[in-house]
Amino acid sequence: MNRWSIARLVAAKDLRIERRSKVLTNQVIPFAGVTMVIFAFALDAKSARTDDGFVPLLELVAPGLVWLAALFSLLLLVQRAFAIEADDGALDALRVAGVDPVAIFWGKSAALAVQLAVLDMVLLGAAVLLYGADVPAGGLVLLVVTLVVATCGLACVGTLYGGLTAGFSGRETLLPLLVLPVVAPVLIGATRAVESALGTGGVALSEGWPWIGLLTVFAIAFGVGGALAFGPLIDEAT
Amino acid sequence: MSAPAQPVVELSDAVAVLGGFPVLAGATLTVDSGEIVLLHGPNGAGKTSLLRLCAGLLPLERGEGRVFGLDLTSQQVAIRPRVGLLGHHNGLYRDLTVAQNVRFWGATVGATDAEIDAAMERLGVRGRLADVGVARLSAGQKRRTALACLVARRAELWLLDEPHAGLDAAGRDELDDTLREAAAAGATIVVSSHEHERAAALATRQVGVVGGQVAA
Repeated sequence: MNRWSIARLVAAKDLRIERRSKVLTNQVIPFAGVTMVIFAFALDAKSARTDDGFVPLLELVAPGLVWLAALFSLLLLVQRAFAIEADDGALDALRVAGVDPVAIFWGKSAALAVQLAVLDMVLLGAAVLLYGADVPAGGLVLLVVTLVVATCGLACVGTLYGGLTAGFSGRETLLPLLVLPVVAPVLIGATRAVESALGTGGVALSEGWPWIGLLTVFAIAFGVGGALAFGPLIDEAT
Repeated sequence: MSAPAQPVVELSDAVAVLGGFPVLAGATLTVDSGEIVLLHGPNGAGKTSLLRLCAGLLPLERGEGRVFGLDLTSQQVAIRPRVGLLGHHNGLYRDLTVAQNVRFWGATVGATDAEIDAAMERLGVRGRLADVGVARLSAGQKRRTALACLVARRAELWLLDEPHAGLDAAGRDELDDTLREAAAAGATIVVSSHEHERAAALATRQVGVVGGQVAA
């Protein structure tokens, strides 16, 4: 079995587990939805002054709130992705079986990316419904590219740190402490890119593409670096 | 005249350290192909550490160690796919069915559907049990499923840490029969158990472990 086949196998296994356990649909998506509603309660009826006059605050900050909710939900997804490995010693068993750690990393990252992509769509839908965000046809390509690249970066970081904390007893609190500072560039880059895609506060579409460059570098760095570091990290952690 | 068969496990004065504490203090052990070796000794004697060292999960600090003739320090990558370790955990995914678990572990080594079906048949987890979620299985059924995964992924050296724990009398009998069959089919088994009488009846050889060393 080559590396790609093993990665596909691991990804398919994780997605099969999700399909049977429905943690994404029954727990994570409702959590993300509640977070979006709470943001709406906190910021509703406030407006901000822009060059175009007064704009509802929620509409102005919608891109940032979408990515904040995505980051909080990412933590739940990562904890779940490694809880299934730690529950009955499966991660140890994978190591004893000599399964390629690079393939495990890519497989788990891919499964996480698929789940995050579904979550992102739901969050964008919620932003349109709750915050009155508008998705212009001209910004659709930038929006889709942002979702894909940011999601890949977040999935790689999540998998790397999920593997690192898998063997620690305080992993539930350690994971957010480690992950949130590291993903700050994704939060900034993806928020700015989505603002450009939606034209929030009069931001031009062309201003979004340089942020895609940052997100791409981030995703590649953590995709390659994470794959190389994952084996030694889980060896130390478990 | 043919050359004598290579021992499956060869440890010589093996020292292993865990968290700064020496868990093996010069262990010497040889296990030949097809043997069922029972490790016995008090709690904390180093039985689990010995099994984890052979599985490549515990680094060898000093001494020499070879599994299948391969060096434990420099050739772990080649050793690991041939070794199966069943400890206090079964290494199963509780949200998957029995069949999905065995297929996953078999697929990691490219096992065919026929091999996977044969592994499930051999461990008695084919048919009605195959589509049952692991979370709903009894302790004995989980053990059999975990052993089916070892067979499906073609493990040649089985390292079993307290395999009888949590099983009822019928489950223990089933497990013993399975291990005898596996040894007859060519697997080499090293088992650590506090069920001394039962494990002694199963083993072809007994080895005492005391203070991180193997007693003669």
